[in-house]
Amino acid sequence: MSNLDAAFSALADPTRRAILARLALGEATVMELAEPFEMTQPAISRHLKVLEGAGLILRRVEGTKRPCRLAPTAIAEIDQWLGMLRQTLTANYNRLDDVLAAMKTEE
Amino acid sequence: MGKLTLKTEGDTHVVVTRHFAAPPEAVYRAHTEPALIQKWLLGPEGWTMPVCINEARPGGKIRYEWSDGKGGGFYLTGEFIEVVPFSRLVHVERMHMPDPTPDNHVETNFAPDGTGTLMTMRMTLPDAATRAAMLATGMEDGMEASYARLDALSVPTRP
Repeated sequence: MSNLDAAFSALADPTRRAILARLALGEATVMELAEPFEMTQPAISRHLKVLEGAGLILRRVEGTKRPCRLAPTAIAEIDQWLGMLRQTLTANYNRLDDVLAAMKTEE
Repeated sequence: MGKLTLKTEGDTHVVVTRHFAAPPEAVYRAHTEPALIQKWLLGPEGWTMPVCINEARPGGKIRYEWSDGKGGGFYLTGEFIEVVPFSRLVHVERMHMPDPTPDNHVETNFAPDGTGTLMTMRMTLPDAATRAAMLATGMEDGMEASYARLDALSVPTRP
């Protein structure tokens, strides 16, 4: 993705991670997000701006509200790196077993 | 035999262990000789590593380039910090997708374990959030949907 650094720095803040976790449950307005976090709406708005800038959330206009939701493509792209690890290690080490067996045979 | 274990340590470490049915010398060689690395360090089925540079000496460079054979691919760069033949490797690495991921500091130890080897790989990520992201999305539940993984990133909403 073009903005992986921005995504990681956006994820470095615990409030922003919590906002993303809330948005994983579904779309929410600034007001709905401010409530459980006991933060002011401007404070939430600032966090949302960072998340939006990092491409992690999308906002649409609905009257005077701008509901937020997760940006699936951004999350999927971060996942491309993050998700590889466990599966990759398992597949790699199973292959390494075969390589080691072959090395033994050659000796 | 050989089941992978993964656990966290402190705020920023991830420790991976794996037993291999070959002595430390062989496992170490398979981690440092390009012709051997190219046979197994490949990720998902169908991927290859057309470029493999591994200069296993302090300050030596690492560059692995992977290809999916359909024009897709990415690469990893790194540098060795410490090299103890057949027993220990310390290096830093980052993936380029093409933007670089945060640096991952990796210590890999190869210890005799019966007639085989216990490999312990200790990764240190730059901060707790990066590790949390890595664990939540990739290592603990690699098959789950992205949204479910994001949920695991959740932290208490108040300090």
